[in-house]
Amino acid sequence: MQSPLQIQTSLKENILDSENQNIKMQIENLSIFYRDFRAVANVSMTIYAKKIVAIIGPSGCGKSTLLRSFNRMNDLVSGSHIEGQVYLDGEPLYERNVDVVDVRRRIGMVFQRPNPFPKSIYDNVAYGPRLYGVNRKSDLDEIVERSLKQAALWDEVKNKLHQSGLSISGGQQQRLCIARAIAVQPEVILMDEPASALDPISTLKIEELMHEIVKDYTIIIVTHNMQQAARVSNYTAMMMIDEQRAGRMIEFNDTNIIFTNPKDKRTEDYVTGRFG
Amino acid sequence: MNAELHKDQSSFGARVRNAWQHGDRLYRLLLTVAALLVMILVIGIGYELWQNSALSRQAFGWKFLITSDWDPALNETFGALPFILGTLITSFIALLAAIPLGIGTAIFLAELAPDWLREPLGFLVELLAAVPSVVYGLWGLFVYIPVFVRPSAEFLNKSLGFLPLFEGPVFGPSRLAAGLLLAIMVFPTITAISRDVFRAIPNSQREAAMAMGATRWEMIYQVLIPYGTSGLLGAIILGLGRALGETIAVTMVIGNNLDLSASLLRPGYTMASIIANEFTEATFDLYLNALIEIGLILFAMTLLINIIARLLIWRVSQRTKAEVRA
Repeated sequence: MQSPLQIQTSLKENILDSENQNIKMQIENLSIFYRDFRAVANVSMTIYAKKIVAIIGPSGCGKSTLLRSFNRMNDLVSGSHIEGQVYLDGEPLYERNVDVVDVRRRIGMVFQRPNPFPKSIYDNVAYGPRLYGVNRKSDLDEIVERSLKQAALWDEVKNKLHQSGLSISGGQQQRLCIARAIAVQPEVILMDEPASALDPISTLKIEELMHEIVKDYTIIIVTHNMQQAARVSNYTAMMMIDEQRAGRMIEFNDTNIIFTNPKDKRTEDYVTGRFG
Repeated sequence: MNAELHKDQSSFGARVRNAWQHGDRLYRLLLTVAALLVMILVIGIGYELWQNSALSRQAFGWKFLITSDWDPALNETFGALPFILGTLITSFIALLAAIPLGIGTAIFLAELAPDWLREPLGFLVELLAAVPSVVYGLWGLFVYIPVFVRPSAEFLNKSLGFLPLFEGPVFGPSRLAAGLLLAIMVFPTITAISRDVFRAIPNSQREAAMAMGATRWEMIYQVLIPYGTSGLLGAIILGLGRALGETIAVTMVIGNNLDLSASLLRPGYTMASIIANEFTEATFDLYLNALIEIGLILFAMTLLINIIARLLIWRVSQRTKAEVRA
């Protein structure tokens, strides 16, 4: 059996050859540790600008951990550290002089459960801009409207902008969180199973919304819903857990190839529902 | 036990279930009685205070609240104003000092302290709450006042002495001393409850703020404090309840003087300390009734404050429910 690393390298070249696109992020031989435990091992991948990348794999394979390393959210967990490097536009994120606040501004995140602040809808969306010093009412109004429109929520909430962000439905709350994330116009948006707590109709709305905003943003989504990955993503990364219980990326390719003609037997088993 | 139950149920199913239902009812009855007892106790205390202050209420009416003559020896007139003011002023000073200190410590304990420090420090805070108040009083009199309060009072008098609030002469035992000692006594209450308020805030709120690029400090004051406002208010009000009712430590350091000046640096009196000081000396009925009426006022004030605290805590739980709905 080929080692995961070899597979990735060959695939990466494959993608690079076949398509001529802007590289937004590069993950280089990244391993993530919690104290001594290696949760994610030797992941390398290239993420192209204004595409959707899905990360799939069985529960506990380190998908979320990997995603959270892209905007250094793992820093908040005590005892976590990494080896390898993550690049955004060619600049390394894990360096001593890197401003984490700036990283998180450029790489936004949407979480599994909607987590609006118990503030008004308006203040939720305006939170980020205010954080970065936008205070003029007319500017904020414009940003709030634009963000809510992009998040396909404007029509539903335009008459109740000053009601609590918690007063709307779960699906609306999640779109509010997306609006909050895009209000600061990040370059990349990370989505950690953004629809797993939502009903099918809300899920569909989130997926349509992703197709809409990918014109402007690069999106990386973790999902354990394979149909969702197939529906929304341009590229898919398949992760599995190895014998040391570390998550490894076993295949990374065009979504069509992953779902119709995967190279790895385990990917095939997983996407055809034989396990997982 | 469980296995036996199942065996029984096969043969005597109906009976066993019935017995359990009776047990249920009995248990429920016991608990209801216990709960009712609490209510009866509160109403009973209020009633006794009301009944036993009848003479004083009839003699002075509402004027009791706003007059300041406390003259049991000659004229036998009584007014509670100095004590009400003393209680309010010392409690206010206590809160002014204890709120920033207590909430700050709570933020440190819940959000910033390294893991190895959290538990020991939290334990110490809880220990502070368990120190008997007479010990606080002694410590206040012999350490706190000479080492900290008096020098601070002298400094305030020198720099701000033109304000009536900091008029001299400077005494050791004073309203300021009582207020600052109360601050230390309510500090653990405010800290412990505020810490629990912060701990109860879902982690998703912290992540949301951090992922937006907030610094830790921005996260704390823009997201956590607004999220926990009602709970923090509850903590403060419970601290206030303790400050209002505290008796022995205050009596030891306030100087017990009917002085009605606005100065914090002079000795004063509180409702709790006048009762403690004069209850055994109350030689005639009106005197005793007047003291009991002060008790009634204090009881009503603390009751009101606890009701407000309950309402605030209830509001927090309502809001948390809305969060979970997602």
